[in-house]
Amino acid sequence: MSEHEYTPKSKAGKWFNDRLPLLTLGAHLTDYPTPKNLNYWWTFGGILTFCLITQIVTGIVLAMHYVAHADLAFASVEHIMRDVNYGWLIRYIHSNGASMFFLAVYIHIFRSLFYGSYKSPREVIWIIGLMIYLLMMAAAFMGYVLPWGQMSFWGATVITNLFSAIPLVGDSITTWLWGAYSVDNPTLNRFFSLHYLIPFLILGLVVLHIWALHVPGNNNPVGIDIKKPSKDTVPFHPYITIKDAFALLVFMIIFAGFVFFTPNVLGHSDNYIPANPLVTPAHIVPEWYLLPFYAILRSVPDKLGGVILMFSAIFILFVLPWLDTSKVRSAVFRPIYRQFFWILVIDVLMLGYVGAMPAEGVYLVLARVGTVYYFLHFIVVMPVVGYLEKTDPIPMSISEPVLTGGAEPSIARKVNDKV
Amino acid sequence: MIKSKSRLFVLPFLLLISFKPLQSAEMVDPIKVDWSFKGLTGTFDRASLQRGFQVYKEVCASCHSMQYLSYRNLGEPGGPEFSEQEVKAIAASFEIEDGPDAQGEMFTRPGRPSDKFKSPYPNVQAATAANGGAYPPDMSVLVKARKGGANYIYSVLVGYEDPPPGVKLDDGVYYNKYMIGNKIKMPNNLMDGLVEYADGTDSTIDQMAKDVTTFLAWAAEPELEERHKTGVKVIIYLVLLTILVYLSMKKIWSRIDTEV
Repeated sequence: MSEHEYTPKSKAGKWFNDRLPLLTLGAHLTDYPTPKNLNYWWTFGGILTFCLITQIVTGIVLAMHYVAHADLAFASVEHIMRDVNYGWLIRYIHSNGASMFFLAVYIHIFRSLFYGSYKSPREVIWIIGLMIYLLMMAAAFMGYVLPWGQMSFWGATVITNLFSAIPLVGDSITTWLWGAYSVDNPTLNRFFSLHYLIPFLILGLVVLHIWALHVPGNNNPVGIDIKKPSKDTVPFHPYITIKDAFALLVFMIIFAGFVFFTPNVLGHSDNYIPANPLVTPAHIVPEWYLLPFYAILRSVPDKLGGVILMFSAIFILFVLPWLDTSKVRSAVFRPIYRQFFWILVIDVLMLGYVGAMPAEGVYLVLARVGTVYYFLHFIVVMPVVGYLEKTDPIPMSISEPVLTGGAEPSIARKVNDKV
Repeated sequence: MIKSKSRLFVLPFLLLISFKPLQSAEMVDPIKVDWSFKGLTGTFDRASLQRGFQVYKEVCASCHSMQYLSYRNLGEPGGPEFSEQEVKAIAASFEIEDGPDAQGEMFTRPGRPSDKFKSPYPNVQAATAANGGAYPPDMSVLVKARKGGANYIYSVLVGYEDPPPGVKLDDGVYYNKYMIGNKIKMPNNLMDGLVEYADGTDSTIDQMAKDVTTFLAWAAEPELEERHKTGVKVIIYLVLLTILVYLSMKKIWSRIDTEV
């Protein structure tokens, strides 16, 4: 937030800017003072914006050729793959793009967890981010239904059936969602409509997410408040833009690797079998990015209990800023919490793994252990560790790090209470 | 401290690794074939594709449809690449139903390159009824629709054997080592010398299975060669651009005291 008011140089620019201050906004975004110590984990915001735009652009082109009808959807996807110019490329970018989007968003979320970016004064950024994440899951789920393959159909059946667990009105709600008495053509039609709508809702929330970010400014790896602008900050352009561009290009190389050389590895082979309501696949599994929640769902023997627990696993994140009692943001200075953080990472990866396995025997045990830890981490570990933990000394500013040798902590200790 | 921490991290992975083999114990892994279309620069063996088409046409096509392919695909780059004349002749050898004409009547005419592959049965029900209650799946994307892909299809084609003692098979059910559940309703249709290859290749069971699997792999991914070629170019371009941007970034950040 630079204090000086931006004035366009040209007369026309001034005329326009007086009426709609777009140029002022541009100047703000260019000058925006950003902590100079942001590491590469901070480049995923830009990468995610790229992912969203990529999905919207490829999705709009796909929608020009796709037919949302139970009898024609599968064939229309094959039409895209075979007859549309570069249709295979556009579809593979879109389908792998969903996975890349989630890969980036998970890194983005765990970065926030590690460096305490959800803590005051950034709670609203965090909550808007979670809303984006929820919408992403809805969009991805509905998008996976559109090719109308076996996994599309049965995935939709399993997920929509969750709503039937609601007491009394569950069955009516499920029928209402389907628009029929089972997953059928009306379901496919509305999923297509909503799948087209949601990305634009996400886009709107992204604007709010960035707006809310630009009020307090970026958190940083040290997690301390900094004066802006100061020698701890750099202007967003060119320093951060070029760094984001570099990180984005590395990300794009990995993305291209999937699209061109192994485009179906993240999908399920059963989805190349047309949907058949009479044949249930041996194992119904969602896409990889939803597997941890699937594991939590199946870890409970009771359907309603599983559904409640699964939704709780997401909604508990909304109150995270108030569950974390630590005054220190960055886990760099939190020796105990830091270890629990990595346990949580492993826990979620393990839940993802068992989510892909049949819910029986040892997998069920692991799923239950993983689920219990997941909730313990947020409900018990975060508040308790925040109170009891003796944090490491925190530097006074980014320019005076205590990280390297540990020789300077005496200066920094004085400001610990300030944070 | 660090030691105990890392041990803690390794434990879950060890658990996962040790349990993995449990679930796939009763399944036989497909034979691994060194396909020419594997790898980053893999391409189809043109001659094998043409032979594979012959096997498909003379053996598979009597039961299996391939409804998403058109005859023109057979002449397109990256596929069997039959000449224009050959494609026209192949298409014309099929009688295609068309219509209705000006009188409202359906009629048949010789196929054109733009026609889709003619299906052996009018619908799924007819195909199922004619094949002992088992629908012979459409083969357009079959290689993508089976775990194990081309290796699996090839393995099933050569995987017929006598059932082990104790396994009783119903009429019209055959034992196959690689098929999921080991029971398959498709009989072993390949016999040595079954088709006469135009290029003089010896038509052993193994050769025919490889050729037709190659053909099916192309049918499922007709874009494969273009995808591989474009992919190599895209990656090279991105790597070069990444290097340039990296150097620019280093230069820009050298103006201040912070490392990037």
